[in-house]
Amino acid sequence: MSTVNLEYKVAKEDFSKAGEASSAIKKTLKKLGVNSKIIRRVAIVTYEAEMNIVIHSFGGKIYVEIDTEKIKIIARDTGPGIPDTEKALEVGYSTATHQVRELGFGAGMGLPNIQRCSDEFSIESIVEDYTQVESTIYIQ
Amino acid sequence: MKVSDLVSTGEFQLITEIDADPSIKGCYIGDLLSWVMAHLEESQSWVTIQSHVNVVAVAVLNEASCVILAEGSQLDEDAKAKAEEENLPVLSSRLSAYEIAVLINRMLMKND
Repeated sequence: MSTVNLEYKVAKEDFSKAGEASSAIKKTLKKLGVNSKIIRRVAIVTYEAEMNIVIHSFGGKIYVEIDTEKIKIIARDTGPGIPDTEKALEVGYSTATHQVRELGFGAGMGLPNIQRCSDEFSIESIVEDYTQVESTIYIQ
Repeated sequence: MKVSDLVSTGEFQLITEIDADPSIKGCYIGDLLSWVMAHLEESQSWVTIQSHVNVVAVAVLNEASCVILAEGSQLDEDAKAKAEEENLPVLSSRLSAYEIAVLINRMLMKND
């Protein structure tokens, strides 16, 4: 298997399309014959990253690089940035609005879920600029 | 046990018009989507009161056998269309999440 690169645009506050990037990524991984446990971890990472972009950002993109050894997921948005990324990684911490919470989002578990499912994880954010979350999951 | 077995109890109404009749291997109850995303397992029925389109995404990503809306919660129109597109059975019930789980457990035990 050579390297496969996927790219998906995720729009701000577009709940109607939320989850579509994750579904498309999952379908591709299934076609490639990736192990179902790995696919499940990737699905959690991409779904949470996608929802974070929809709920909290001005919009962004999800990039996935798949090779024989690993799957790397990069979620990058165009702001507003996170002032305290350490706080954002705490389970239960959320800045989601009341309306969003009523829909079942904003449990403060998105980033912790991504971290838990990743073999390598990093988050980088500059206020008024961008946030980038990188997650790598080893296939073997 | 299949989704159609649940419908035949008379306690559930199948909202989506689809061909599939998947097997149910258990039950998970939850309304916080990230929590459900982390814990819902393949072929489980997912009982929730959330009824918007993102419920479909979570159910499909986790390969749930069906979504059961508890306590008369009604599915949004766009969620219904999305569920049908994904061939995901969505049922509605007047029963509480607890009563649904008890009923499913009873039916699963009978099948064993």
